[in-house]
Amino acid sequence: MSHPITATTATGAPARSHGDTPLLQIRDLDVAFTTANGTVPAVRGANLTVYPGQTVAIVGESGSGKSTTAHAIIDLLPGTGKVTGGSIVFDGQDITHTGRREMVAIRGKQIGLVPQDPMSNLNPVWKIGYQVKEALKANGIATGSAADARVAELLAEAGLPDAERRAKQYPHEFSGGMRQRALIAIGLAARPKLLIADEPTSALDVTVQRTILDHLQGLTEELGTAVLFITHDLGLAAERAEHLVVMYRGQVVESGPARQILSAPRHPYTQRLVASAPSLASRRIQSAKERGLESAELLATTHGDGISPTRDVVVEVEHLTKVFTLRGGRPGSAKDFKAVDDVSFSIKRGTTMALVGESGSGKSTVANVVLNLLEPTSGTVRFDGTDLAGLGAKELFAFRRRVQPIFQNPYGSLDPMYSIFRTIEEPLRTHRIGDRRSREKKVRELLDMVALPQTTMRRYPNELSGGQRQRIAIARALALEPEVIVCDEAVSALDVLVQAQILTLLNDLQAELGLSYLFITHDLAVVRQIADEVCVMRSGRVVEAATTDEVFDDPREAYTRELLAAIPGAHLEVFGTPGEGLSA
Amino acid sequence: MAWYIGRRLLQMVPVFLGATLLIYAMVFALPGDPVLALGGDRGLNPAVAEQIRAEFNLDKPFIVQYLLYLQGILTFDFGTTFSGRSVRDVMAEAFPVTFQLAVMALVFEAVLGVAAGLVAGLRKGRLFDATVLLVSLVVIAVPTFVIGFVLQFALGVQWRLLPPTVGGDVSFRTLLMPALVLGAVSLAYVLRLTRTSVAENLSADFVRTATAKGLSRPRVVTVHVLRNSLIPVITFLGADLGTLMGGAIVTEGIFNINGVGGTLYRAIQQGQAPTVVSLTTVLVVVYIVANLFVDLLYAALDPRIRYA
Repeated sequence: MSHPITATTATGAPARSHGDTPLLQIRDLDVAFTTANGTVPAVRGANLTVYPGQTVAIVGESGSGKSTTAHAIIDLLPGTGKVTGGSIVFDGQDITHTGRREMVAIRGKQIGLVPQDPMSNLNPVWKIGYQVKEALKANGIATGSAADARVAELLAEAGLPDAERRAKQYPHEFSGGMRQRALIAIGLAARPKLLIADEPTSALDVTVQRTILDHLQGLTEELGTAVLFITHDLGLAAERAEHLVVMYRGQVVESGPARQILSAPRHPYTQRLVASAPSLASRRIQSAKERGLESAELLATTHGDGISPTRDVVVEVEHLTKVFTLRGGRPGSAKDFKAVDDVSFSIKRGTTMALVGESGSGKSTVANVVLNLLEPTSGTVRFDGTDLAGLGAKELFAFRRRVQPIFQNPYGSLDPMYSIFRTIEEPLRTHRIGDRRSREKKVRELLDMVALPQTTMRRYPNELSGGQRQRIAIARALALEPEVIVCDEAVSALDVLVQAQILTLLNDLQAELGLSYLFITHDLAVVRQIADEVCVMRSGRVVEAATTDEVFDDPREAYTRELLAAIPGAHLEVFGTPGEGLSA
Repeated sequence: MAWYIGRRLLQMVPVFLGATLLIYAMVFALPGDPVLALGGDRGLNPAVAEQIRAEFNLDKPFIVQYLLYLQGILTFDFGTTFSGRSVRDVMAEAFPVTFQLAVMALVFEAVLGVAAGLVAGLRKGRLFDATVLLVSLVVIAVPTFVIGFVLQFALGVQWRLLPPTVGGDVSFRTLLMPALVLGAVSLAYVLRLTRTSVAENLSADFVRTATAKGLSRPRVVTVHVLRNSLIPVITFLGADLGTLMGGAIVTEGIFNINGVGGTLYRAIQQGQAPTVVSLTTVLVVVYIVANLFVDLLYAALDPRIRYA
């Protein structure tokens, strides 16, 4: 990261700060997939150069061809994928169409891979140590007991404590972060010259992400390994790589030194990406805030200022505790697990309360209790002054109408057998609202509201993109004109640009309809864009509760500061003011 | 683990009691009087019939008959048939033959099914895959007795490669063809299950990671694809052992094998409650034990499954 920054040419040739011949050079690469309807190009004319010891990041949204480019290098294209043009030269050797045996020799030994999802990339039926050892044996590094000792060294080197014992465990006994460390150990086992890191931490919590990337960076710098880093997060890319390659729809639209791209993006797509990257959104908060103020002012003018503070609070959670009983094997060995421990907060009408925490912090349990999908062990949840615990079947039905959820995974939360019309219409029908004609009119209105064409009605979820599906989920939640919407990681599965659009939509709808949101997220960057108040949760407890500004400007708790520091790109201050940024 | 096995074995007690009671009740409810049927068209002397009824406790109420039967089982006395043979002897004759047949069929379907399924899964969409799928579909669709008679005629009578019937001569050679017939349908299922599982695992992330490590293709396939793919297959095979043992009636009939199936069939026709109940109960126990064994094997293959 300390290399001097030099100018790049317009063609995007990287700065020659390394002086050597390139380690990896991709020229005019075309990759296509064969489908029933002919060939579909996934990568078109991509150019990319990595020098020895250099870190280059490919940035782009899902479907941009960034992973496909990386997989093409080591001939691991999925399914029918094929390199249809261009060349890949690695270490002076053209490996574009190299034979299977030569490629086996290159994989692992010359080019290592750290894959994306630590949960699915280790074979569940083999011990961690065995899976690392395989890499050593296959590449002729070590065998027998020497290999066992080396495995422990490698795992320890990847930052896994108590490596010797851990090597004897299975993947399911590891947390996500630990698995990713094991995968890093595997990727670096044979000391490759180039490491392809394909979104190595996108499935992990931010704090874990940070320590792992710090470690990986230290390790590759020490070993002199070049890294091809693939990510959808521009902030992360800028923080970790010297040179950025931005891909969009299979093409490289811009490449150059990281800071130059961030401070002076030339291509319109890069400009949009820079503008909406959540981790860099220090400016966006202003516009979001303004919206909030507007709606508050609107409310003030319509209602006058004589609203009593109690009526202003729509959801009140007091001393909420939820205990789950974990079943033990032998009689009497069942254990209690406190998922939520004495949590209190309230949501003011027309505002957004964010619950922030890492996985396992209990935030989704709170959401489920507020939605009345789970019964609290103790404590109360009051909705508009009524205790949820005392609701009968009829009142509960009425309550459901006023509180609606939007869930994380837009692929899982829509019934694939239901048309979009039926999906949005279902809650109306369930609650017996209107006749068929008025319901159809309502569905059309809702689609307008979430900025989808009305023709979408006749389509099915699998024909829509992730962002479009999430819009459908929002339209469905809005169908019953609820007062509160519980968004459980509602934008976490979406690409940054789509995420920004959905957040803007949610913001607009809030101003327009006076909605209150309970926003559950692990991502503080998102919080800054949407929330008025924040509760930071850890291990079931609220560690800090304050307004969004207070949390970001003046966090009181060490844990909150840790979370803030872990936002990728948080210390990059190159945005907006290019000249000043370079000194950061 | 010990707790788990203990619990599973304890679960066998209610299953055992329930199964015996149910089967006993069903045999009891069968229409016709088995004792009168013994006399054929001429009919029995009423005094003799009465004596037989008393000897086999048939004059007592249902529940007493059942309890007396249970009492006998506790001392390994399974009762006697009308012809005076002890049911234990009948079972000792029938079970070994059927067991040998079932195990041969199981080995046959496991080895051939997994091997062909693996190759088909690796070459999904190619000629071998298509051929094997078509053949397995035919095997599943055609009734077992058709396959049985055709093989018997072709291999046994026409070409004289294998003995066409078994009869009293029970050996590996004589049982080979019946085992092929008995295992044929399950073989088709094992093959299809393995094929799907292999094809699915081939595109798993961890398989790609294994390849990226630098492992050769054969190693990736055996170490990372095959073991994971066997997990569902093992479950099927375990459940199938029970089916093969009890469901061999047709095959045993075709090849004239004195196994459990035929014995059971005759006993049901004659209304011999002790024989029917005893044979069925042993089958139930075999089924439960086979399932327990499968579950333990399952845990051995998949470390994520732990029985505490």
